Amino acid sequence: MNITATLLAQIAAFVALIWFVNKVLWGPVSQLLEDRRKRIADGLAAAEKGQHELRHAEERAKEVLREAKDRAAEIVAQAERRGAEIVEEAKANARQEAERILAAAQAEIDQAAHRAKEELRAQVAQLAVAGAERILKREIDPKAHQDLLQDLVAQL
Amino acid sequence: MAASEQAAGGGGTVEYIQHHLTNLCVGDCDPVTHKAAGFWALHLDTLFFSLLLGGLILGVSAWLARRLTDGVPGPFQNFVEAILEFVQQQVKDSFPGHNPLIAPLALTIFLWVWLMNFMDLIPVDLLPALAAALGIPYLKVVPTTDLNATLAMSLTVFALIVYYNIKVKGAVGYLKMFLFHPFGKYLVPVNVVMTLIEELAKPLSLALRLFGNLFAGELVFLLIALIGGTLAVGALAFLVLPLQALLDLGWLIFHLLVITLQAFIFMVLTIVYLGMAHAGPDDH
Repeated sequence: MNITATLLAQIAAFVALIWFVNKVLWGPVSQLLEDRRKRIADGLAAAEKGQHELRHAEERAKEVLREAKDRAAEIVAQAERRGAEIVEEAKANARQEAERILAAAQAEIDQAAHRAKEELRAQVAQLAVAGAERILKREIDPKAHQDLLQDLVAQL
Repeated sequence: MAASEQAAGGGGTVEYIQHHLTNLCVGDCDPVTHKAAGFWALHLDTLFFSLLLGGLILGVSAWLARRLTDGVPGPFQNFVEAILEFVQQQVKDSFPGHNPLIAPLALTIFLWVWLMNFMDLIPVDLLPALAAALGIPYLKVVPTTDLNATLAMSLTVFALIVYYNIKVKGAVGYLKMFLFHPFGKYLVPVNVVMTLIEELAKPLSLALRLFGNLFAGELVFLLIALIGGTLAVGALAFLVLPLQALLDLGWLIFHLLVITLQAFIFMVLTIVYLGMAHAGPDDH
C-alpha cells in the first residue's frame, strides 16, 4: 500500500468541499425546500380557511333567505288582511251611504206628500167654498163660516 | 490505441495493466517503478481529478444557486432537489437527533464519491492516451482507486466519530465505552480489544470497501480492453472487437449500479456511524 502525503491533501480537500457544499448547495437548497414546504402548508391552510368561510357564508345566506321568505309571507298576509279590511270598510260605508240616501229620499217624498196634502186641503177648502157658493147661489162670507171650513179641512 | 502500443512495446498485458494502475507520482518516488517510495510523495492525478470533480460540484451548485426558485422548479433544480431530499431522507431514517453537519456531509460524500467513481466509466485508455500525447507518462483517472482518496474521507469521518463521541458522551463516557462495552465490567481487557477493533474497523472498512470495489472494477475494464488490444490481429479482429464491445457494455451497465451503490453505502454508513457516536452512554 502506498499511503502518501496525497492523503493529507485529500483530507484538506474533503473538509473544504464539505464546507463549500454546505454553503453553496445544501444551505440554499434546503432553505428553499423549507420555504416551499411552508408556503404550501400556508396555502393549504388558507384554502381550508376559505372553504370553511364559504360554508359559513352559505349557511348565513340560507338563513337570510329563509328570514326574507318568512318576512315576505308575513307582509303578504298582512296586506291581504288589510285588503279584506278595506273591502269590508268600503262595503260598510257604501251601505251607510245608501241608507242615508234612501232616508233622505224618503224624507223628501214624505215632505212632498205632506206639501201636496196641504195644497190639496187648501184647494179642497176653496173648492168646497166654491161648490157651496154655487149651491147656495150666493156669496158666502168665508169669514162667517171660518169655523165650518176649518172643520171641513180638518176632516180631509 | 494505448493498449496496442503497450502490447507492441514488449511488456505485454502485465505491463499494460500495471501502467494503468500507476499514479502520476511526484516527490519521494521510486524512479524505476514510479511508485511512491516514502510518505512524502503526491499522486497528482488523484489530486487533480478529485479537485476537478469537487470544483465541478461547486461550480454547478453556484450556477444553480443563482437561478433557484421556490416557485415551479426547472428540470435541473428538480433533479438536485430530488437528490437532496433523498439524502435528507437517509439522514432522517438513520440519524437520531439533530446535527446540521450530518446532511451536508452525507451529500458531499454521495456526490463526490459518485463523481469520482464515475471516472471509472470513461473508456480506460481515453484519458491516459490524451495525457501521453501531452507528455504525461502515467495517469490513473479514478481517484477512488487510490487508497489515499478513500482513506482521506474515511479518516475525516473517523475524526468526526471520535469528536462527537467525546462531545456527546464526555471523555469519561467515551473511555467507559471502551472499558465496559460490550461484555460488562468483568471482562475489561476483552472489552478494550473488542471496542478498539470495532472502532478502527469503521474507517478501514469504509475506505477499503470503496477502494476494493473500484479497483476491481477498473481491473475488469482493463482486462476487457485487453481482449481487443492483444488478441485482435488480422481477421480475428472482426470476431473479437464486437465481443469486447459487448462485454464492455455489460460491465459498464453493471458498474453504473456498483458506483452508485458504493457511493450510497459510504454515505449511509457515515450517517449510521455518526448516529452511533451521538447515542448517549446508556444506549449501548
